[in-house]
Amino acid sequence: MKNLKLNKIRNHDFITYLMVLIAFLIAGILSVTGQMSSLMEGLLVPLCIYVMLAISLNLTVGILGELSLGHAGFMCVGAFSGAFFSKCLDGAIPDGLRFFIALLIGAAVAGMFGILIGIPVLRLKGDYLAIVTLAFGEIIKNLVNVLYIGRDEDGFHFSMKDSISLNLKPEGEVIINGAQGITGTPNDSSFLIGAILIFISLIIILNLIHSRDGRAIMSIRDNRIAAESVGINITKYKLMAFSISAAIAGVAGVLYAHNLSTLTASPKNFGYNMSIMILVFVVLGGIGNIRGSIIAAVILTLLPELLRGLSDYRMLIYAVVLIAMMLFNWSPGAIEWKERMKEQYFSKFPFRKDDKNMKKEVK
Amino acid sequence: MKKYKKLISFALASSLAVSLLAGCGKAADGGSTSSGGDVFKIGGIGPITGDNAEYGMAVQNAAQLAVDEINAQGGINGYQIEFKFEDDETDAEKAVNAYNTLKDWGMQMLAGTVTSGCCVAVAEKTVADNMFQITPSGSSVDCVKHDNAFRVCFSDPNQGMASAQYIGENGLASKVAVIYNSSDIYSSGIYETFAAEANNQPFTIVSAEAFTADSKTDFSVQLQKAKDAGAELIFLPIYYSEAALILSQSATLNYAPSFFGCDGLDGLLGVENFDTSLAEGVMLLTPFAADAQDELTQNFVKAYKEKFGNTPNQFAADAYDAIYAIKMAAEDAKLTPDMDVSQMCEAMKASIVKITLNGLTGTGMTWEPSGEPNKEPKAVKIVSGAYTSM
Repeated sequence: MKNLKLNKIRNHDFITYLMVLIAFLIAGILSVTGQMSSLMEGLLVPLCIYVMLAISLNLTVGILGELSLGHAGFMCVGAFSGAFFSKCLDGAIPDGLRFFIALLIGAAVAGMFGILIGIPVLRLKGDYLAIVTLAFGEIIKNLVNVLYIGRDEDGFHFSMKDSISLNLKPEGEVIINGAQGITGTPNDSSFLIGAILIFISLIIILNLIHSRDGRAIMSIRDNRIAAESVGINITKYKLMAFSISAAIAGVAGVLYAHNLSTLTASPKNFGYNMSIMILVFVVLGGIGNIRGSIIAAVILTLLPELLRGLSDYRMLIYAVVLIAMMLFNWSPGAIEWKERMKEQYFSKFPFRKDDKNMKKEVK
Repeated sequence: MKKYKKLISFALASSLAVSLLAGCGKAADGGSTSSGGDVFKIGGIGPITGDNAEYGMAVQNAAQLAVDEINAQGGINGYQIEFKFEDDETDAEKAVNAYNTLKDWGMQMLAGTVTSGCCVAVAEKTVADNMFQITPSGSSVDCVKHDNAFRVCFSDPNQGMASAQYIGENGLASKVAVIYNSSDIYSSGIYETFAAEANNQPFTIVSAEAFTADSKTDFSVQLQKAKDAGAELIFLPIYYSEAALILSQSATLNYAPSFFGCDGLDGLLGVENFDTSLAEGVMLLTPFAADAQDELTQNFVKAYKEKFGNTPNQFAADAYDAIYAIKMAAEDAKLTPDMDVSQMCEAMKASIVKITLNGLTGTGMTWEPSGEPNKEPKAVKIVSGAYTSM
């Protein structure tokens, strides 16, 4: 029985991997053979970024069970640390190696911020935690906006005021220029790298969920008191999930920073709007459902771009479609209707039993 | 339930795929009409939704106006122009998407983008495709870093420098305060060069106070500091909506220094519910004033008002000039629509430095190979509710 269950879990994960792989192959072939429009080709890397953000937030929201509204803050930290590194060492070491190290740095710094922020934040729960993460996201964005770092022959200069007070030598360059952010980050991101990173994140998250640690994390979600009473170290597991989620968001941020040659922390890209956007991916795809997050992230990233033809009505239609999709996926009436349809058309297939087992295991 | 979700996701995915294909189909159609080679396709990118929508819309309208005028006069080298404008929501990522959408449409030259941050991101893409780009209002230094990119407006450092020199040379004040928006590239860019140039000028900056996009409604602290420091003139390198608040709050503090601004202040007199008598005596360095008396400006303002119902601002004027600059350079280069994008870019690069444009934002405008325009900044003063040249 146990083996059977394990197999099912593996099958379920396998489908997720397969789905990503097939999507990657199709997109890759279309792009290489030139069948893809420039718009779609330009969207490939952003898609990878948003997929990574969605699955990483699902780890916090779905598996750890804490509502986090500051996910874009971690992305911001990763983006700026990675871009800062790349800008400093551009040309000094081979591009591939530099980008690889930048990714690691982004992950490490964002993960570190995850721990730092997690220590005070995870003492709270529910709505309170959500509000505090929201505040942290905004703090990070605003801090980056007043940060000035320059470099000349004497080394690095820091300021929180303006770039004049850096007192750089004439030949020095300003690397992070406050609200103007970092310009001239090398464009290293590619669809292949993005896809590989999605795979790595998936492997990390899915394996974590099915590991002993993952079960501990889920037990905290399901019943904190019971979990504590059997000796599970709540703080440790909460921090673990929170910082892994932050680190993956940081990697997504590095990818983001190396996809555009300009990086500014505006409310648009790293503000709470973005955090909520990522949360929308997670909620639409199903809280705790990694595969659903991937699909939702892809659909909701593509939708506004595909609706460009509607010009002025674009954002309105987008919102309407979003509401319709939420209702169709998650309203009790719609779920019941879907059940009935299933009874009618698919009653021959004995899914039901498996599904129940799956549900317990993966939720 | 799980299977169901799969089914639904399949349905959604397939509907998406269908819509994707539909998108492709459309793009292909667009491509086939352009390959006929009978029209020039010029694209524009800017924010027409979100915070900066006003600027994007002004550019979109004015560029369309210029295109319609040119088409009515017989087009460029006898070929008509098609103009298409895409929204970027002031987001660099969306701007790149907009650029790719326009490329699918068959864009041959880009008159964009409106804002600096987006412009830097898009410039990286246009240089890769070797597409000619002229930005009406992307003022940060990096916008025209590559040799295929040109601009119509002044660069930020240029404006800060010119403002400091103007204040110094005309002896407008000896103690100057600055209130700027540190979260805005335009504003902090001007401030930094202004502060650097101030060291060479016979005045001192006695207070420099910043605000950010999140705190742009109450300026009493900044004004009080300027007042305490005894500033005779407040330099406002910001946009007019905040400037209107600063002017009215300064009046309630009984503090009446002179105010000096850059082109962002243009539009001040059009702010709703703003007592324009407060703006009396405000000086600004702008290349365009909507009530200038020359024939070109008057015709433009009249046509713009008729068509869109409001007074054009400086962004509109820049966009109008950008389209005419493209026209002049294209005529000089004898462009035809059947040339490919890269050929066009090379020809345009060679020609734009040769032309002299008498535009709305300056007479005798010329361009440097670096992408910068040469034109004189004009200082105007608001006297009895109207802009007058100083």
